[in-house]
Amino acid sequence: MSIVTEVPVQNFAAAPAQSFVLLRLGERRFAIPASQVAELVAPSRIFRFPHKTPELEGVIVRRGRMIPVCDIAERLTGKKLDTRRFYLLATRKYENQMDWIGIPVSGECELINVEIMEASPSDSPHVDGWLSFGGEVIEVLRLSALTPGPADGSLPAPLRDFAEARS
Amino acid sequence: MNLSANNKAHQPRTEQIILFQVSGQIFAISSASVQEVRSVDNIAGLARELPESPLRKVRHSIRRGDQTQYIVNTALHFGLQPRQASLVFFLRRTRTALLVDSIEKMTTMSRLQALSHAFQGEERSWYRGLTTLDQTVIPVVQPEGFLSLEELSLLESVQLTADARSTASDPRGSQLQ
Repeated sequence: MSIVTEVPVQNFAAAPAQSFVLLRLGERRFAIPASQVAELVAPSRIFRFPHKTPELEGVIVRRGRMIPVCDIAERLTGKKLDTRRFYLLATRKYENQMDWIGIPVSGECELINVEIMEASPSDSPHVDGWLSFGGEVIEVLRLSALTPGPADGSLPAPLRDFAEARS
Repeated sequence: MNLSANNKAHQPRTEQIILFQVSGQIFAISSASVQEVRSVDNIAGLARELPESPLRKVRHSIRRGDQTQYIVNTALHFGLQPRQASLVFFLRRTRTALLVDSIEKMTTMSRLQALSHAFQGEERSWYRGLTTLDQTVIPVVQPEGFLSLEELSLLESVQLTADARSTASDPRGSQLQ
């Protein structure tokens, strides 16, 4: 008779293929669900004014709309971007509202269709999942954990499951 | 069809604003919020010093009618490097007067965009929103955002102390900062 020891198994259940935008921040690539990306625009003038949200640099104007700019590279790679090739305009959820935020990126962006692997409890809060693409394992970013504003309240699925199991 | 009514419905709402400069930064304020603009030199003799003010941005007050208005160093309020202010804006329906460097111009804004929710700090009370004029983004200040109720009550208490002492010596006429 064999004894089977139960070991914790990470939930790497793959969802059906979704569209993601791959973006480059310095030497690394990250992904954002394509549904959250509004536009990719050339760098334009950043208008700065006094404020107390240190993560924000100021605003850019796009089609008459003023969009805050947040460089997330420092949090993800440890240093600010040397060169900015584009601003990726993404939608970010603020409780019941959606708003745009501009994220400077340092290279071309790419649209891909791939399956996402769910984040594990040990992953950072900004990791919404993982993609395997072109021989790389790429973090799918949760913008609400990287940009100022209230978090969207939803935990990564494994953390949510854990929280529910304990309640 | 009532054409005039239709045209009116499509006219954008506009608001008269004053563009003013503080430490090189341009701000806008609704001209309806400004009761009076005076030069600093003109009111220097009337301002009373508040040496025990708990707020670095407020060092003086001025008595206008039956009300005391507190003179806010606008540069310090916004965390800017103060320069020599030349004008004072007395704000309507508040107990605030603002030290500003200069007036750029009076103009009209037709659109005010609320601050994005990404802005999470004190700026949410500082500004009514942002407007664009001549392809530049300008923050539109909130007149009530310069002094909170807590700050006003602190100032009132030091004002009472200063008033009690003013019978012994007259601190008026000091340089506005």
